Formats: sequence, C-alpha cells, structure tokens
Amino acid sequence: MRYLPLTESDRRAMLAAIGVPSVDSLFRDVPETARDPVFDLPDHAGEIEVERDLGALAAQNLAAGSAPFFLGAGAYRHHVPASVDALIQRGEFLTSYTPYQPEISQGTLQALFEFQTQVALIAGLDVANASMYDGATACLEAVGMARRVTRRRRVVVSGALHPQYREVTGTGLRFLDAELDCPAPDFDGTESLAGRIDQDTACVVVQYPDFFGRVRDLAPLAGACHAAGALLIAVVTEAVALGALESPGEMGADIVAAEGKSLGNPLTFGGPYVGLFACRDRHVRQMPGRLAGEALDADGRRGWVLTLATREQHIRREKSTSNICTNSGLCALAFAIHLSLLGEAGFTRLARLNHARAVALAERLDAVPGAAVVNQSFFNEFTLRLDRPAAGVVDALAARGVLAGVPVSRLLPGEADAAPLLLVAATETVSEDDMAALEAALREALR
Amino acid sequence: MADLRYSEDHEWVRVEGDIAVIGISEYAQDQLGDVVFVELPEPGRAVAQGDEAAVVESVKAASEVYAPVSGEVVAVNDPLADDPGLVNREPTGGGWFLKVRMSDPDEVEALLDEPAYRNFVSTL
Amino acid sequence: MSAGTGADGIRHRGLRFEEQLIFEQHADGRTGVDLPEPPAVADRLGGLARAAPIGLPGLSEPQVVRHFTRLSQKNYAIDSGLYPLGSCTMKHNPRLNEKLARLPGFADIHPLQPQSTVQGALALMDRLAGWLRALTGMPAIALSPAAGAHGEWTGLMTIRSAHEAAGDARKRVLVPDSAHGTNPASAAMCGYEVAAVPLNARGRVDLAALKSALDGDVAAFMLTNPNTCGLFEDEILEQAGAVREAGAYFYSDGANFNAIVGRVRPGDLGIDCMHLNLHKTFSTPHGGGGPGSGPIALSEALAPFAPVPYVVGGPDGFRLVEHDGGAAFGRVKRFHGQMGMFVRALAYILSHGIDGLRQASSDAVLNANYVSAGLADLMSLPYDGPCMHEVLFDDAFLKDTGVSTLDLAKAMIDEGYHPATIYFPLVVHGALLLEPTETESRESLDHLVATLRGIVRRALAGEADAFHAAPAHAPRRRFDETAAARRPVLRWRPPGAEDQAAE
Repeated sequence: MRYLPLTESDRRAMLAAIGVPSVDSLFRDVPETARDPVFDLPDHAGEIEVERDLGALAAQNLAAGSAPFFLGAGAYRHHVPASVDALIQRGEFLTSYTPYQPEISQGTLQALFEFQTQVALIAGLDVANASMYDGATACLEAVGMARRVTRRRRVVVSGALHPQYREVTGTGLRFLDAELDCPAPDFDGTESLAGRIDQDTACVVVQYPDFFGRVRDLAPLAGACHAAGALLIAVVTEAVALGALESPGEMGADIVAAEGKSLGNPLTFGGPYVGLFACRDRHVRQMPGRLAGEALDADGRRGWVLTLATREQHIRREKSTSNICTNSGLCALAFAIHLSLLGEAGFTRLARLNHARAVALAERLDAVPGAAVVNQSFFNEFTLRLDRPAAGVVDALAARGVLAGVPVSRLLPGEADAAPLLLVAATETVSEDDMAALEAALREALR
Repeated sequence: MADLRYSEDHEWVRVEGDIAVIGISEYAQDQLGDVVFVELPEPGRAVAQGDEAAVVESVKAASEVYAPVSGEVVAVNDPLADDPGLVNREPTGGGWFLKVRMSDPDEVEALLDEPAYRNFVSTL
Repeated sequence: MSAGTGADGIRHRGLRFEEQLIFEQHADGRTGVDLPEPPAVADRLGGLARAAPIGLPGLSEPQVVRHFTRLSQKNYAIDSGLYPLGSCTMKHNPRLNEKLARLPGFADIHPLQPQSTVQGALALMDRLAGWLRALTGMPAIALSPAAGAHGEWTGLMTIRSAHEAAGDARKRVLVPDSAHGTNPASAAMCGYEVAAVPLNARGRVDLAALKSALDGDVAAFMLTNPNTCGLFEDEILEQAGAVREAGAYFYSDGANFNAIVGRVRPGDLGIDCMHLNLHKTFSTPHGGGGPGSGPIALSEALAPFAPVPYVVGGPDGFRLVEHDGGAAFGRVKRFHGQMGMFVRALAYILSHGIDGLRQASSDAVLNANYVSAGLADLMSLPYDGPCMHEVLFDDAFLKDTGVSTLDLAKAMIDEGYHPATIYFPLVVHGALLLEPTETESRESLDHLVATLRGIVRRALAGEADAFHAAPAHAPRRRFDETAAARRPVLRWRPPGAEDQAAE
C-alpha cells in the first residue's frame, strides 16, 4: 500500500522490540464482541483506478466554466490567478498544523497577520481574526459576541439576510437564553428595523449588499443601534463588493461577518470557504477565533505568535468565546494571496468590472418580455421578477446548458412571493457572449 | 500584612472601615505567571460571596476571581488596565482588584488569617 | 549597518530569508493582475460608492510569489519531517486527493445549481456517507459540519432535539477531565452545563464516578475513544450501558478514530453520536489550521433529528433535501458542507480500501508502541499497558533537572522535529503526547527515538541552560508572548498611525 512505509519484516521486528506476539495483542483493550467485524467493502486501489472512478463522477456535473453561468446567492464565481493555487499547494503551507509553535510557523503566522490586516481594511474596522468556517457561521459567532458584549438577549435579524444565514443563526440560538426577532423576508425593501430595537436588544444583523442585491446606507441603522446600546452586525456575502462600496465599518457597523470565498477560493459546491470576522479594538477580548499578533523573539527580532488565546476553547473550555478550533487557514491564505496580487488598484478595478458587467446584464434582461429588474441599486447581483415561477425557468435553461441564476424559492420554499424571483449575478468571468446566451435563452423560455 | 484575610480560592481581603479591598495572593500570582490582562467589574455591581467578580489572565491561563465577601463594588483598580504586571509585582499592594462595600462584615471573620492560609497553601 | 545588511535593514542568511510584510513592499502603480478597464457605466451603487482608498498595498506577481514562497519556508510541515503532534494526526497528505478535488466537475460547481446538473457531486456525497456508515457501524451520517468542533456542536444539538422532542429536556453534559477543550465549549454553545468526570488510576474514565454522575438531568456523556491519554476505554460497553440506562446519549469525539478505523466500529461500542475529523483520520490536509470537515454519525434513535441538508437516492437519481419543514433543528452551515474535503477523503478511502484502512490503523498503533518501547526506560509513562495510536509521557523523568516539558519540546525543534503535543491532556503533570502516525517508516521512528534519547540524556546531565535557550536553529527563537498579549498588535498600521489608532 503506497501510503504505508512499514514492510512485513519491519512489523515483525517492531513487534519483537515491543515484546508482543502480534498487532492484535496491542488491541487487547477492545471488548471482544467489538473486535474485527466483517466489512463488506472493497480493497485498496491504485491512483489510476481512483482517478478513473472519481473522474467519472466529476464528469457527471456541469462545471460552471463550461456554461454561461450567473449564479450567486452567497457564492460568487471569480477568476483566481494561477499563482494562488500554486502557492497554497506548497507543502509547507498545505501540510502544516495550526501555528502553535511560533518558532517554526512564522510563515503561516505572518500570512495570517497580513490576512487580518487586509480583512480589517476592507471591512473598515480595527481588527480581524484569523478566519471562521464561512460567512454564515461567522454571522452566528458575531451574534454570540454581541450578546456577550451587551449582556442582552434579543437579536434582530433582517428579512433581507441570506435565508441560510438566518437558518444558521436560528439554529445557534435555539437552545440558548435568547430571543430571535426575525421579520418576514423583505421582498420589496421596505423593512424598517430601527423600530424593533429595544433596551434588551443585543444586536441587529443586516446584509450588505442584501440578499436581493440591494445596497443600502447602514449609517441610520447604526445610529439607532448605538442610541439603544446595541451593536450593528453587517454581513457581507460578496467580499468583492467592498472594493466598490463604502465599508460597513465606515458606516458605523460594529462587527463585520463576511464570506471570503470570492477571493482565492473556487466554488467547490459550497465549501470549504472562509469566514471573515472583523470588529472594533474595544471588543477584541470578546472576539471568537484565533488571532495572530506581533511579538519579539529572544534576539529582539520581529515575528508573530498566536495571542489572546485565553479567549479560546483549549484554555477557557466551557467559558470560551467560541468552540472553534480548526478554522479555514488555507482558504484564508488563498484569500490573502489573491488580495495581495490584486492590491488596491486591482481590487477596486475588479469591483468596478463586476458592477459594470451586472449593470450591462440588468439592462439586457430588463428588456426581455416577462422579466423585470426589481432593484434600484445593486453591486454584481440583482433580483429579476419573472412572469412565472423562476424555478421552472432555471431548470429549462439548465437543460439548454445555461445556468441562469438562483430561484429565490430554492432558499425560501414556503414563500409564495418568492416564486417569480430570480437572483442573477454577473462577475468578471461573464463574457458578452454569455450575456447574449442568457438573454436569448430567457426570451425563448418566457415566450 | 497581618491585616489580610484569605479565601481558599486565593483571594485576599483587607478591611478599611466598611470597605473590603480585594486582590489575589502572592501564591496565586506565582502560580498564574505573568499577568497579561485583568477584567474588572463595573462599579455599582452587587456581588455575593463566591460570585465571579473579576478575571485574571496570563498567556496560557485564565482564572476567575471570586468575591470573598458580599456587597456592592465601589471601586476598581483602573491602573491594572495599562499595567497588569502590578498584580505580579505587588499582589497584596498596588495590584489590588476591587473594593466592595460590605453588606455582611461578619463574612470576613470566616476567612483564613495569614498563618492559616500559609498552612493551607503548604498542603497544595 | 553590519556586513551583509541591505539598505532596507534586512539580512538574509543562506536559504533563510527575512521577509517584510506585504504592506512594507508597496509601491504606487504596482499590481499583480491585468484586468481590463471597466466600461464607463452610470453606477447603480445606491449612492454608496467608496470614497476613500482602502489602503491595500500594490505588488507585482513575482513579488507576491516570492513573498509567499519565502514565508512557506519558515514553516515546519509533514512534507518536510516527522510531525509527532499527539491528538492531531499529522499523517501524509496524498497529492492525488488534491488533484481530484481540483477537477472542474468538483471545484467549479455552484452549490445552488439545478440538482440535475450536479448528480455526480451528490453521488460522491452519498458514497462517502456510505463508507462512513459502514466504517462506524452507525445508520446515519450528516455531512455538513465544517470541522470537528462544529461536528460536536451539531451532534449535541441533535441530542438536545431528541430529548426535547420526547418532552425530556435535560441540562447537563458529562465530560472527562482529559477531554479536548472543544467538548465543554461545544456543550456550552448548546446551552448545557458541563460537569467533569475523573479518570481512574489506569487513565480511563472512572466507571463508578460516571455512574454516580449520571442522573435524570444528564443529556449526554462525551468521550474521546481511544482517549486523549492514547488508551482504549476498556470499560466502554459498561459505560454505554450506564449512559443508556440513565436515558442519556453517548457522544464519542472521533478525533482518534484513526487508531481503530477498519478494526472497530463505534456503533458496536454503544455510541449514539460521533464526529469524524476528515482532516485527521482521512488525510485531508491541515493547511496551517484548516479547513477541516466534521461529519457526524448517528444511531437509529438520533437519526430522525439530523440536520439538513442530506442526500437521498431514488429512481430518478440523487436529491438533496435542503428543508425538512421543521422536523429537526435545522441547518448548521450554509450550503452542503465541505465538498472539497469530501472529495479528498473519499479519494483517500478508495485508495486504501478496507484492507488498507485496517492496515493503516494497525501500523499507527504499532508505530506508537514502538516509540513507547524505545523510550520507556528513559522517560516516564503514567499508565501501564499498550497504547493506541499515541503515547503519553509525564514529566516525572525531568524532576530536578530544571528542564520543563516546554523546554524539551523546544529542544526537539533544534533537532529537526516538530514538538510533540505538550501540557495536554491536563490529567497528567507536564504531559508530552507523541503521535507518530502510520505514514512514518521504521527508520524514521528509529531516528526520532534516538534523537529523543539524546535530548533526554542531556536534560538529565544538567544542561538546563541550553534547554532554556532552545530553539537556536529555527527561523526565530522563543518569543515574548507576555508582552505580545499585554499590548496586542493584531494588524499592520502605516508608520506613525499607531498613536492615533489607540483608543
């Protein structure tokens, strides 16, 4: 077996050195009734066989790159520069552990410090942690943090927050001493959350741009939160938007919980992605997750260590700020490399390019009979109202090899108002031909 | 420091009128190592004997500081925010944590005196 | 300026490069990408177009590639050497897994594509779940948790849902003293109180103490097995009986499943719920701290309370159930779990097959016992008998040497090793936990043993000062972590900006 270096003669010699007759005798503490069950499973296979086997499964899927593709809804397809993947596949990054031994982990630690700085900058906040699992769990952690900071129980969650983020937040609060105020889905953008804030409100959670693609000024809501002693949590599912839009921190958000997948990471059917988490300096002791910080070594040389670890589960156990241990280190590294390549000029241009594509697409699709763009404002994704249920249209277009978008009903199946709504995203990967193909297919389907 | 009384959780109390000054013992700071952060309660908070009143942290450990007496927090040692090392350097002096206006001064009598505490520590 | 120091104050030494932060390498006008200038459009950003610069540095591609290459060279990694980090299972990460996870049919599919266009992905999830069901001997698998701790939390949510559905709300979870910190943390996140159960003198859970702690308020007993002392819980069937009798559920932390996979099924041990760290047992890379993947296996009693989503098969192919109408507690993660890790784990499983998996756990246990036998006369073992995949030492052998477990760990760095896990588990003094894994050769183990023997002899010979100064040969020496924690600097700021940033 190619992954196992021991030979039969090694094993015999080693058993002799240990002083036992067989490996079985090392398993003597296993109850007899549970030893060596019979498994009806296949034996080992070579690279060729495994590659053939899983390659056949991969071939059954319609890859985004082989079709006109317009899906978003929390997972956006972007071009990732070739050097990103080459660098994260370096064994020293790929096959290292969490950097608990700083003397021999400076590579990961410095990269995390750079990542933290990048995230804080785009969020418009003071500090960021070394990553969470994804945007939705970052959102849940942000809610927990706001509850600790304010020592309050009530959580107000916008109806224009991604439905799965709302579900994850609801799951997380389900068995805690908390009250979740989760208004109905905000299809028409008329929701007013300020009136829901009271003296027991820990935080308000809003998405920016929101689930339906709308871009709204967070400053008034931030003001209302702060007047009542509550925190404003801004969720961002498309990090590239922060290259074109005012940052949530600038508008007064106290915590930014974001999905970082858009930079450096492929779609991969939804994961692994990387959660971004940023907040203000004064709340850092209540922050979840790991933090890399600057330190000096015994020779006075600058370097980095994991710091403020007393917040974490391996020290604080049931009193920790979170149970998170393994996070999304390698995805965070991919994010950091991609954003390093982009830089200020590249990141802002990428964002403008996304917006320009989406504006052009919105104009095209708005002209299709039976389809109308709902949004006044958007970044790279908008909602289209069709004259019939969107799910059927999406399936019909998929059958023609066009991946048209995400029907809102997929995420809100019980909501009648969701049925005709289609979320359509356009990133820099969308070409003029792709847009023309979608427009033509949609015209055909809506005829 | 004969005027100090101790709890078995390694807090000390010094009585000044109806006020109890509270900190952690020399032994506790030594066990903890270099203190990097102290979380103090808000003045005005009511604490009962045995309640968690503060948290003291080193790089690798965090410990709760329990109120050895009941009462209302009337002051906290703000300089610890900038100089948590005071707890190591002067645990029973400048490294105090908080002051409580006692609601039941008799609670102090039940705490260990210096020899009894020293005796207790020697058994650990 | 000393000899060899550049104008930037930096001095490289041989292959050891000093590397500044990306923020310190910025120059206006540099970029590492060539993107077209966007066409001019009337923006529809709602009046919220960004007004001020972000402050990101500009670097060219060669600079970025060199920067991260140099950073990588400051990391220890499995690819470079034996990584005996107990409880973390630093085994070889096959590159076939990486190659397959990058096939466009897996890497370039969107989680919300029409299900007809992702049948291969759903089939892969179904196959992985099938293997995990068979290997655990448990009837249901929930794939979506993102990592081990997330799996713990999901499992406990499942348990709490089951109790609440039965009108039997309970408030406490029992956790052994030796548990990973994530166990009590996960329990607290489910709203449970946590109570500790002591170990006995043999390094196993004290059965009598467990029984007396099991009352009508106990929801679950969480046990890592093999436990964090590297020992198999030999009274596990009795534990399971007691847990069941009390109406509680038996949760198993599967962090150490790599010791027994292919030889023992947790379902046969009476386990109700267990998470599997795909990044430990099934070789997906640790990546400097993730991503992981933590599917959970569930017993018959808990299966109805599994979270969404899950895959079901039918005559028309596979279907992803994303909403259950409130039947269970809901969703723990958006989308469907760590698909990239599923591909890697299944590639590993298929490569090994059942014969290889069994051999892998056998070799993991053999290797740990071989290391134990090679060191037992010099170092101190707190518990008798064979260990499983990892061997635990305490620091009794260092008594009066002035050398601590930490010093010994740092000395390992100078000898070309990543240190063992230290000061965990908390139940023995000065713990040193070594896990060689099955992917080390006998020669490699012999070298480790010889090196450790040399280190220990030097400690016993009174060379304490040298230990306190270790490591000397790493990219950095020991850090002042106290100063770092007292005045945390958690991000770069432009020179001169520190004062104004401080609040």
